[in-house]
Amino acid sequence: MSISVKNITKRFGDFTALDNVSVEVPTGSLLALLGPSGSGKTTLLRIIAGLEIADSGSVLCQDEDVTHHSARQRNVGFVFQHYALFRHMNVFENVAFGMRVRKQPKKLISERVRELLHLVRLEGLERRYPAQLSGGQRQRIALARALAIQPKVLLLDEPFGALDAKVRQELRNWLRRLHDEIHTTSVFVTHDQEEAFEVADKVVVMNQGRVEQAGAPHEVFERPANPFVMDFLGNVNVFHGRVQNGRALVGGLEVDCPEYPHQESRPATMYVRPHELEIEHSPNGAASLKARVERINSAGSIAKVFLLAVEFPVGLNVEISPERYGELGLKAGDTVYVSPRKVRVFVPEYVI
Amino acid sequence: MHNAKHTSAAQQFGMHRATHRDPKLVQWGLTLAALLTISVLIVIPLVNVFYQAFAGGLPTYWENLVRDSDTLNSILLTLAVAPLAVVANLVFGLAAAWAITRFQFPGRSLLTALIDLPFSVSPVVAGLMLMLLFGLQGYFGPWLQEHNWKIIFSTPGLILATCFVTLPFVARELIPVMEAIGPEEEIAAISLGADGWQMFWRVTLPNIKWGLLYGVILCNARAMGEFGAVYVVSGHITGRTDTMPLRVEKLFQEYNNPGSFAVASLLTLLALVTLIVKVLLERKTRLELAEAARVVHTPGEAS
Amino acid sequence: MSPSNRKVLPGFSLSLGYTLLYMSLLALIPLAACFTKAFSLSVDQFWAAVWTPRTVAAYQFTFTVSIVSSLASIILGFVIAWVLVRYDFPLKRIFDALIDLPFALPTAVAGLVYSGLYVETGWLGQFLVPLGIYGAYSRFAVVLVLTFLGIPFVVRTLQPVLESLEDDKEEAAYLLGASRSQTFWRVIFPTLIPALVTGFALSLARGLGEYGSVVFVSGNMPFKTEIAPVLIVARLEEFAYAEATAIAVVLLVISFAMLVLINLLERWSKRYYA
Repeated sequence: MSISVKNITKRFGDFTALDNVSVEVPTGSLLALLGPSGSGKTTLLRIIAGLEIADSGSVLCQDEDVTHHSARQRNVGFVFQHYALFRHMNVFENVAFGMRVRKQPKKLISERVRELLHLVRLEGLERRYPAQLSGGQRQRIALARALAIQPKVLLLDEPFGALDAKVRQELRNWLRRLHDEIHTTSVFVTHDQEEAFEVADKVVVMNQGRVEQAGAPHEVFERPANPFVMDFLGNVNVFHGRVQNGRALVGGLEVDCPEYPHQESRPATMYVRPHELEIEHSPNGAASLKARVERINSAGSIAKVFLLAVEFPVGLNVEISPERYGELGLKAGDTVYVSPRKVRVFVPEYVI
Repeated sequence: MHNAKHTSAAQQFGMHRATHRDPKLVQWGLTLAALLTISVLIVIPLVNVFYQAFAGGLPTYWENLVRDSDTLNSILLTLAVAPLAVVANLVFGLAAAWAITRFQFPGRSLLTALIDLPFSVSPVVAGLMLMLLFGLQGYFGPWLQEHNWKIIFSTPGLILATCFVTLPFVARELIPVMEAIGPEEEIAAISLGADGWQMFWRVTLPNIKWGLLYGVILCNARAMGEFGAVYVVSGHITGRTDTMPLRVEKLFQEYNNPGSFAVASLLTLLALVTLIVKVLLERKTRLELAEAARVVHTPGEAS
Repeated sequence: MSPSNRKVLPGFSLSLGYTLLYMSLLALIPLAACFTKAFSLSVDQFWAAVWTPRTVAAYQFTFTVSIVSSLASIILGFVIAWVLVRYDFPLKRIFDALIDLPFALPTAVAGLVYSGLYVETGWLGQFLVPLGIYGAYSRFAVVLVLTFLGIPFVVRTLQPVLESLEDDKEEAAYLLGASRSQTFWRVIFPTLIPALVTGFALSLARGLGEYGSVVFVSGNMPFKTEIAPVLIVARLEEFAYAEATAIAVVLLVISFAMLVLINLLERWSKRYYA
């Protein structure tokens, strides 16, 4: 079942939570709504679920307009951030709830609950109460409960937000595998870009109630649409300079910028990811920056080098492979030359 | 009513570190003073009620209660009036707590404050207000008489008066409980396809049952024991509009102390049962609230 | 809570509508009737009803005994709360539970038993009356029974505050060289003041409105031990509704003032707890 959200706007008093947002969720895909807190991603999820009503715009399920359907009628599976398990019901009853209120036959219920508990790998815990479960187990029960009603779509609000790092990682992989198994169209909300990129088929980056970019993870990562996305995806070197005649200039560094062939000089921001910077012992003309090595962290699968540019005050984060690090034989205090392999230049819209 | 639902961990584990800094003499002196106060003001009167009631022996006691048809009628009347008032305030309490803890609306905090209003109105004034509305000279008096309906000096008046003085009990126990539990489970139930009643019976009610019972118990104790308000609206028709507390007063006025204390002993028993249930429920709700906090806020350990 | 819960959870109009209807029928309309009736009197008539030597004596008596018994309640209640929170002794839990008895015991029963205990032949009267202490059918009798009713308010407001006192504050004061009594008066007592004031106000409010127990023990002697609610009942029995209502309005205004005061006090005392 595909979902399309069209031109949704939602205000809470003076605060605009969603500003004319449109999102397409293709059938059978796993989509991540990614953004900082206050970006409107949870509000959007709740609007899709019918737990929040938009001021304008519409929500379509396949081709049916469900904008005015109540949460009950939409038949969506919703996994709440803090799980919202029924504390006075045991695991079995929690999972069975949706079927019980639909008055399904007892035999079918117990079969389906057993199946689901197998799916979430929690067989044998039927008689436990939520308080007797660990966070990860509660999370999986919440998921089984949502799946029990055979939802058209599965919505997850910060599914791993309340868990510690190790459990998060495990559940993340598990959710991806689960999705590959059941193929229910799913949307989850997260503020963790790594989580979004690792799990989702499609990522929608949101900020201040607007969609900044939507696309496949590698697309968004490789071709960020704007400085916000670039910045939010994190761990990036930012330089402020100017563009003119198809060239961008930062300090002594000069790179190609065919998007701006104009003669007039304009301020611009350049972004370079740490792994897209190269360190050399000798200069490479105008395409490199002279810098001094400040600190090195070589513990891990890559070596992280922190440098300070010599000619103007800017810090640089560079990631190189351990082999390359061994070749270079870097130590703190060395003067080296840094050159970018790939630069993204953003020229602010010309606003009068 | 101010309830102590708070026995701290320190109290449960017995010892306060600060304790041993109070000199022994002070500890002994204060403890003695406290126990003396509790004994004189509470324990002695409590024992005295039963002593007086049974002073003439068990057979006399039984006779005082059952052979006196007016007394028997007062017991039956109280057993009819109090439950009706409790049910009315139970439904009200649920509605008020649901509206107040689950929705935002203008005047919400004013409404919350207004619920407590009957606690600060003298019971006699409460009775008077009903007289002004439904009494013979009251605003609706002539109309009621025309239709041959009787509220004042009859059972409906007693029920109304009792409802008024016990109005806040259930609501004010439920509001903090429902506030603490939060709406998440109910929203989850709706999103799983439950309708309003299914949500209420399967999710809301099981979650609040102990708090609800607590409110009902307190409400019932007050309903059965109410004196001032029903005194005004009852008209003191012996055998017809005398509830148990009114019967206590009438027998006392008639210098029938054994009879009066016999009825009083039943009411005291009710108070004691109320206290016991209250202590048990307080322990239960305390544990459940602690559990609730754990369920909602504990981030998971490894699964 | 999200403002649009209304569209997700059911029953908003039903529950709010029923709440408002029930409260209007049972509380707000009767209250309005009370004020309307009182205002049907002219100012002179109203004044004549509420300000006679007998009513003034009743107000004075009601206030005096309520204030005296509330003071007694906070002193005795403080000692009880202190002992219950800080010390251990046998049967402590039972004593703790018994504190709530005045909440649960019908006031008529309290009045009945108190009136019997302090007469010359009563359990306590036999010792006290020879000493010239009359605990029945006197002002002292009313103070006694109101103290009985007031103590749980004080104990139950103080207990949580005493329990939340951190040992380290006392220890800090002690290490800074304060003596035990200095520690109490300068460190502990100030943090208890809000709770004490609230307890006092609650027990005062209860005392001002009390009827059931007082009519048993006071003797209801005009100008001496007659309380204001007794006057209302007396006027009603004479079918003088308007005069009864006028006195009731005076009591209502006083109790609303108390209600506002208690709310302000509670807000004020919460400043101390984050």
